[in-house]
Amino acid sequence: MIGNSSHLIGLDGLTAGDITRVLDTAAGMKEIPARKIKKVPALRGKTVINLFFEPSTRTRTSFEIAAKRLSADAVNFASSSSSTSKGETLIDTAKNLESMAPDVVVIRHRYSGAPGMLAERLNCSVVNAGDGSHQHPTQGLLDLFTVREAKGRIGGLKVAIIGDITHSRVARSDIWGFTAMGAEVFVSGPPTMIPRGIDHMGAKVAGSFDEAIDNADVIIMLRIQLERKSGSLIPTLREYSRFFGLNSEKLKLARDDVTIMHPGPVNRGVEISSDIVDGAHSVILDQVENGVAVRMAVLYLLGGGSNEMAD
Amino acid sequence: MQGRRKRKILDHVEIKRAIRRIAFEILEKNKGPGDLVIIGIPEPGPFIAERIRGQIRDVEGADVLTGSLDITFYRDDIDDNPRPLPKVTDLPFSVRGKTVVLVDDVLFTGRTIRAALDALVDHGRPARVQLAVLVDRGHRELPIRADFVGRNIPTGKHEDIRVQLKEMGADEDLVYITEGEILSDLRSEDDRQQQSPDRS
Repeated sequence: MIGNSSHLIGLDGLTAGDITRVLDTAAGMKEIPARKIKKVPALRGKTVINLFFEPSTRTRTSFEIAAKRLSADAVNFASSSSSTSKGETLIDTAKNLESMAPDVVVIRHRYSGAPGMLAERLNCSVVNAGDGSHQHPTQGLLDLFTVREAKGRIGGLKVAIIGDITHSRVARSDIWGFTAMGAEVFVSGPPTMIPRGIDHMGAKVAGSFDEAIDNADVIIMLRIQLERKSGSLIPTLREYSRFFGLNSEKLKLARDDVTIMHPGPVNRGVEISSDIVDGAHSVILDQVENGVAVRMAVLYLLGGGSNEMAD
Repeated sequence: MQGRRKRKILDHVEIKRAIRRIAFEILEKNKGPGDLVIIGIPEPGPFIAERIRGQIRDVEGADVLTGSLDITFYRDDIDDNPRPLPKVTDLPFSVRGKTVVLVDDVLFTGRTIRAALDALVDHGRPARVQLAVLVDRGHRELPIRADFVGRNIPTGKHEDIRVQLKEMGADEDLVYITEGEILSDLRSEDDRQQQSPDRS
């Protein structure tokens, strides 16, 4: 269970206590890959199905490794989204999955709300691995975990999220998560990329990029997603980079001990300059490492006895 | 739920004496501190392990390695709700070929030690494993016994034995027993085992 749910669809509705429990569990997981035997029997005999309707290498691999380190049987089920229509196929898919008796289904889908719909129809736990522009809760949790590791706390920090907020599921999960933990979240990007009503989620819309990163403890640079709609919202990549790209000159505005994050994959020289990606403030590779520990924690907390209890 | 009475079993002097005697017995049985490593099961096993290490240093002038081994993922009740949360594993050395002394506060059913043995061998193959406990309260459910025991205390199954140490934030070192009608008596055997913090 995470919060009151046997599913993880989004970070909205989770309390600081719920999130802290996941992060503490992840901290206990982090030591396992350093062992001689990189495996614990926590999910032995459980089946985790990775159902990816969108191309993804890192997130899927991260979930797969997480499941295997917990001794679960991980099955990857890749499906092209091109021929699927939203309603029917997903329900059919759900029925097919049901007959394979999985304990956890991890789903990525291009449509917002697809994981939530599956969760209502399946008896097993459902984990959202990114749905449309809705949420990407495990990315949000690993961002929280990485910040807590770097800063020792989350509450009271100034966190700036820069880029295409409108189409970013990472931004939404980050905003819910960081505000729940008591951080102050500022968003900034071209006006076409700032959705209306984002302030209702608890984020503040900064007047400018400079204002957003001024004195910031954490800067999260989002990827310009050329494969989505980002391209039509900005005149050129070069212009975007000039106004909203993070470089060493801009970085001086932030605190001296600022932590730089990016959900990847990085477009070097577009949203963030190469020297910062590889620089001392960057924890981008830590994020990837922590992603496995956080996903282990999520699978562990969800893939448990709740199914037995239901019998 | 009625109130629970606390009865003292070991005070701080008796705890110190018990740990000192355990340290002596470990040295005697193993003919010195040679290949010894002392690994505590949290909480508060690692604190007791540290104290044993201090005693060995005082007696032999030799330092032995200590570590912490979490058993959460190896528990046989891991599928109960809510999920038990993992604690710290910190083994900054290889256990291969070593004489490992596992340290726990209270030996009860033996299930914790069963889990600890499984967890330990995932870190390497020790030459031998011995078990030291501050209190043995009986009621074993598995064929497990301790090599070094601070105090044998016969208990009822409904009673709880708690160990509090200064390192855990307590005012003073104390081992106490709680008795009387408790809520967990009304629950099933499995529930009680999960609730009971001194289940060992």
